[in-house]
Formats: sequence, C-alpha cells, structure tokens
Amino acid sequence: MNIHEYQAKAILDSFGVPVPNGKVVVSPEEAFDVAREFEGVVAVKAQIHAGGRGKAGGVKIARNAEEAKSYAESILGSTLVTHQTGPEGRVVSRVLIEEGVQISREFYLGLLVDRNSKRPVVMASREGGVEIEEVARRNPELILKEIIDPRVGLEESQVRNLASGIGLDDGLQGELFRFLNSLYKAFVETDASMVEINPLIVTERGEILALDAKMNFDDNALYRRTEIAELRDYEEEEELEIRASKYGLNYIKLDGSVGCMVNGAGLAMATMDIIKLSGGNPANFLDVGGGASVEQVKNAFQILIADENVRAVLINIYGGIMRCDIVAQGVVQAVSEVGVEIPVVVRLEGTNVEEGRKILRESTIRFEVADSMRDAAEKVCAAV
Amino acid sequence: MSIWVSQETRVVVQGITGREGSFHAKQCLDYGTLVVAGVTPGKGGQEHLGLPVFDTVRKAVIETGADTSVIFVPPPFAADAIIEAVESEINLVIAITEGIPVQDMIKVWDCLKESESRLIGPNCPGIISPGQCKIGIMPGDIHLSGRVGVISRSGTLTYEAVHQLSQRDIGQSTCVGIGGDPISGTSFIDALRAFGEDEYTEAVVMIGEIGGTAEEEAAYYVKSEFNKPVVGFVAGQTAPPGRRMGHAGAIISQGKGTAEEKMSTMRKCGIEVVRSPADIGEALQEVLKREV
Repeated sequence: MNIHEYQAKAILDSFGVPVPNGKVVVSPEEAFDVAREFEGVVAVKAQIHAGGRGKAGGVKIARNAEEAKSYAESILGSTLVTHQTGPEGRVVSRVLIEEGVQISREFYLGLLVDRNSKRPVVMASREGGVEIEEVARRNPELILKEIIDPRVGLEESQVRNLASGIGLDDGLQGELFRFLNSLYKAFVETDASMVEINPLIVTERGEILALDAKMNFDDNALYRRTEIAELRDYEEEEELEIRASKYGLNYIKLDGSVGCMVNGAGLAMATMDIIKLSGGNPANFLDVGGGASVEQVKNAFQILIADENVRAVLINIYGGIMRCDIVAQGVVQAVSEVGVEIPVVVRLEGTNVEEGRKILRESTIRFEVADSMRDAAEKVCAAV
Repeated sequence: MSIWVSQETRVVVQGITGREGSFHAKQCLDYGTLVVAGVTPGKGGQEHLGLPVFDTVRKAVIETGADTSVIFVPPPFAADAIIEAVESEINLVIAITEGIPVQDMIKVWDCLKESESRLIGPNCPGIISPGQCKIGIMPGDIHLSGRVGVISRSGTLTYEAVHQLSQRDIGQSTCVGIGGDPISGTSFIDALRAFGEDEYTEAVVMIGEIGGTAEEEAAYYVKSEFNKPVVGFVAGQTAPPGRRMGHAGAIISQGKGTAEEKMSTMRKCGIEVVRSPADIGEALQEVLKREV
C-alpha cells in the first residue's frame, strides 16, 4: 500500500526522524494561513501517489504567503501528469506547505527488504534528488548498501561506512546514526516494505533532514497495522480496483480490450501473455483466488465487464481447490443477471471439469468453449 | 525416483482441524500420502480424520516419528508455526499459507539458516512425487509418474504445465512449488541441485515470473553446473511496470526484474525458453527427443 508524502512525514516524525515543519491543506486560503505562520520562503508540494512531481510542475517555491496562495490555487484541482502516473495523470486534491530550508548538500537514502540476503538493507548515494534507477544505470558504484542483521539492528560501523562512502562530514556521523536508527525503527514497527528519503539534506545550519519521504507498506501486514491501513487514499486508485478489493479480488486494470478472469496469479499473468501472443491486448489482470464461491465469480465477472474497453471475455480456470462447476455456475448467473452482449470464451480444466462444462452447455447462454489455453486465446482474439 | 519426499515420508499437518487443513489433509491421505498426525494447539488428545491430534509439533514427532510438516495455519500465526516445526527438528517444512508478512519471514529465515531443515514456500502449492506422495493442495490426478522435474513459483500455472506434460505421456519425478513470496525457503537453485543429483530425473521444467533475480541466478547455475536439459517459461511478459515492485526494489537487483531480461538470460545460459505458456509440454517433448 502507498501513502502520501505528508502522511509518511507524519509517521517518520512520530519516530523521531527530523522532517521540515509543514502542514497539508486543501484550499488556497488555508495555504495562505499556513505559509504566513512560517514567515519566509515556503515549498508548495502537490500530494499524489507518484514520483516526478517536480518536473511536472507539482512542486513550487513561494517567496511569501501571497505567492503560496496563488501556487496552491493553480495546483489544487489540476491534473498532474508525471512519468509514473500514466498519460491520464492524477488530480491533486491536497498540497503540503512546508517551511523553506537552506540546503547545503543532498543525498539519497532508502530502506527495503533485500530478497537475496532476506534481510533489510540500507542504500545510500551521494546523488541526492536524482531517481535511484537513474543512478543505478549511470553510476552503480555510487550506490552503497549495508545489510541489517535484524537481531542486532544497524551498527555504528555500518553507518560509518555509509557516511564516508557518500562523503558526509565526519562531524555529522552521530546525527546520521540517530537518523538511520529512527528510520529503521519506523520501518520495522510499521511493517514498511520500503522507505525512501530522496533527498536527504544537510542544511546550512548543519542539520540532517528528510526533505522528501516515500513509504510503501506490506499489504500482508496491514491486519496488524490498522493505523496505517486507515491512511489508504481511495481517490488515488481505480474505481474498479477499489470495488474488486472490497470483494477480496486481485484486479488490475490495463488498457486492452480482452477482459480476463483466471484463478491464480501466475496463470493470470500467463493468460495475459498468451492473449498478447495471439494478437490481442489484455484489458486487465484478475485473479479470482483459490477457493472462490459462486457469488465471488459473479462479482468478478461484473467488474470485468464494467470496463467499457472490454470487447470480449476470456475465462481461464484450472481447477485445483477451485471447482469448475462453481465457476460455471457463477458465470452463468452473472451473465443471466447482467445480460452480456459481448462474446465470452470459457476454458475449464481440472477439478469437476465435466460438471462445469455440462452447466455451460445446458445454460441458455451461448458460450464459446475452448479446449486448451491456446485455443481459448485464439478464439477470444478472433472475437474482438 | 524423486527429490525430498518419498513413499516413506511421514507427514504431520499443522492446522489440521481448520477448514483448509482438514480438506487438504483428507485429499493427501486419499492420494496415499503417509500422513501420521495433526497439530492444533489446544486440541491435543482429539482425533481428526482418524489421525491423532497433538498440541505441539514436538509431541507429534515423538509419538509418531513425523519427519515432514505441512502448514495450513492462518497468516498471523504461520511464521510461528514454521519456527516451531524447525525447532522440533522436522526435516522438511512445507508452508502453504498465503499472506505471511515479510518481516515475519525475515525472522523465520534467521531461524532456518541455523538449522538442518528445509522450508518450501510459503505461499506455494506444495510438493508431489506422482504415485508416491502428495503434500500440498495440487490436484493429484493430473500428475503422472515419470522422469521430468518441475519447479515453479506459481500454483495453477504449474497445474497447466503438468497437464501439458501428462497429456503427452511425459511423467514427473517430483513437482515443487517454491512459492511466490519475496522471501521463500527454497530457491530454484536448491531444487535444480536436487534434480541434478536425482539419477531418475532426465529433464526439468522451470516456471518463473517477474520480480527479483531468482530466475537469472538459476540460469547461471544451469550454465555452470547443471547438465540436464531445462525448459523455461516466465509469466508476466505483458505485466505493466511499476504495479508490482516498489520503486527501489529493482535497484537491489540492478534492474533485472522484467520477463524480457529473465528470458534473455535464461536463453543465453542454455535453457530452452518458450514464449507461450501453451508451448511448455511440446518444448519438453522436443528436448527429450533430442537427448535420445
């Protein structure tokens, strides 16, 4: 799960990670009031779940409260298109007003779980403010890594390695140690999957500060982090994806025209792949899960066809725990209730496949029944 | 004949009285797996599916000689269940549970590393040696006993691949689902090494997916140390970037997360990579013909 910058900073602040003074606002008038409290220069930052805001005009430096108000006016309600939002962009409904700071140096800092060592890892680079992917491509040697032993925590020697590697003043090592320890504590205690501070800055007064902050959380741990789960912003998500998640379905909307319903994530991805290979384009990723009920299949089908781009549907089920007759019942029910006009290709295999095919055959609805994955993909692409 | 499991494998089911545990324990028993006990804390002394239920894994091991455990415990308690099995000196722990928090798995790994136990999963379909034993949730009847090893990060996609093999009368020595989570107990390389040592296995099917670098590492292993033919597939060639991995996740792996990169590395290392998931069975058949 993603959250906004202002939310990440509030969490980090509560763990003792130094962040700039700031407040999130929803109107130009509020922006004016907050900026006036800070007196000098302020930053006006659009709050959306995507990077690249600065280049897209979503971050402005205002010299006074009047200017902050006018920037807020132009940013609030506007659609921001960055390389991470896709061409449709995101509408900005909040801006963060932050007290200006005098930057002396900028660095990159990231914390995440390393799949290889199966432990948390800190990454640091002297290339602050630049996307880390960019640094990895051009100067991978500038990225330093320290793997954390979770039973010991971050050690002083590791912080020394990082500090000298990025060229931080010796006098600031103690402060970096405290900063990283607080950051690591926040990472562990919120079940974060990633924390990124880019840039981490040293101010002219010699303080270390998280000028920007991004946090992602492990969806599997949200059950025990209810305070984090509450930060979910539905406005940042696709309407159909929200509907799907309420039913416990794993759905991701794409831009093709072949809707697909599959059981299991791997098979769902493979189904998208074979649609593409057969000349079509998948409209979505949809995993109905292992033990779905008739009701669940019906919900899934309705979400699938609610996407206006969908011209044909492919249902590919390999029954294991999931029984083919249940799938068939759900599909027949959904189609009879909604009244689908577009072609539906069904491929069933595995547990209770004969019963499932029988239900499809005996229904009054005309399904196109396929006998293999390739056959199904070819039939559905021909029907689009 | 098979890797890691056999007809003699003695299985304890953790979470046997739950809905999932109960259903699948029955399926495993029906397949002929030597399930010897169940564990559900607080229900020790009872009987379920004709099997004795114990409060702890240790007790089940002492009383029944179980050497392998399969876990159907809900996510909040699953990590503890794995650790309990490892500390009870179970040789092979198979965690079916989906949705265990990553930070819990970090703790599990620390405990596992210092033990002799092997963990398969979590978030996996389990392991099957057709005709000998099935420990997991896969449909048993689609499998056929034979000489091809199958390793996969996915569940139903593995069934699809196995289906294509069995349809062509190509049997399997063992099929292992290593699971789709970022932290898992058994890697492609672990399974490849075991298949390499198993004289009975002639060829291997390896099914990967986007994210991480496990497929690339396995490919390099195949190139340098594995001398049986491998057919590979990577799911997610059309998956949109950015929807699956965190911003910095790709960095750790030097940007090697995409299907294209994985397939290209696998090909360079001598793996027969198929682009379409429908071609897995056929490719394996071709490979076997060439070997003769």
